Amino acid sequence: MPTIQSIAGELEPHPDVALIERVRGGDISAYDTLVRKYERQLFRIAQHITQNREDAEDVMQDAFLKAYEKLDQFQGNSKFYTWLVRIAVNESLMRLRKRRTGKMVSIDEDIETEEGSVPRDLADWAPDPEQNYNQAELGEILRKTIQGLPQGFRIVFVLRDVEGLSTEETAETLGLSIPAVKSRLLRARLQLRERLSRYFHRKKAVKETGVGK
Amino acid sequence: MTCKEFLALLDDLIDGTVPSETRAELQAHLGRCPHCEVIFNTTRKTIEIYRSHEIYELPASLRDRLHAAIMARCKKAC
Repeated sequence: MPTIQSIAGELEPHPDVALIERVRGGDISAYDTLVRKYERQLFRIAQHITQNREDAEDVMQDAFLKAYEKLDQFQGNSKFYTWLVRIAVNESLMRLRKRRTGKMVSIDEDIETEEGSVPRDLADWAPDPEQNYNQAELGEILRKTIQGLPQGFRIVFVLRDVEGLSTEETAETLGLSIPAVKSRLLRARLQLRERLSRYFHRKKAVKETGVGK
Repeated sequence: MTCKEFLALLDDLIDGTVPSETRAELQAHLGRCPHCEVIFNTTRKTIEIYRSHEIYELPASLRDRLHAAIMARCKKAC
């Protein structure tokens, strides 16, 4: 995970800055450290977007190579991690485009423009509802549920809520406005909540609903 | 406060970015509206579950292989 900076951290350079300087000076072992630090996150993000493990492997490799080759272009205005994520998101979208034989793929795909209605729900979830499933079942539920979200909502949710980027960083990474990120995040969270409710409602005999039945 | 107004501030409430006077209004609405209370609690839980369960893990063997491949390609690009 990215290093969480202390409150005073804003005044101090991010630890990645020193590593990047070393890489620029020809020390490739410093890049090894950066790759090791962020490879799991990049793989997850690529997998969330491409929904294909082989593509995610390729994206992760290509993104780190591209970042290495373009390191001179990294200005240091944003965090290295945010810059890296932006490269990985673009690589993932390119990969999807290739798979769909050139059809345009963007983060605006499947986005409806009208405002969603106000959800009404009186059926609360069981306490610790995930305890009703084993790890494999729960993983399957969480994967299936998030895969069903429109791409433009899914990417925002993953960057913001799973990977911990700020609203501003998410907007910068995806080339979206801050209000657009906020609106997509709310709708992503509400849609995921609604879909998970099928499995986690208190009143249902959740064990019997199973996954994919 | 209506449910729609509550919903518009739901994310800020979850993320802890509302000013204290707004927070008090939101809490008051929660106390009156069982629908919004369920939405608030379960949305918060949704985020927590996705944060705490890594659904696309990178197995150690694959990680090592990919890591070696990345570094080999970078060295070649030097």
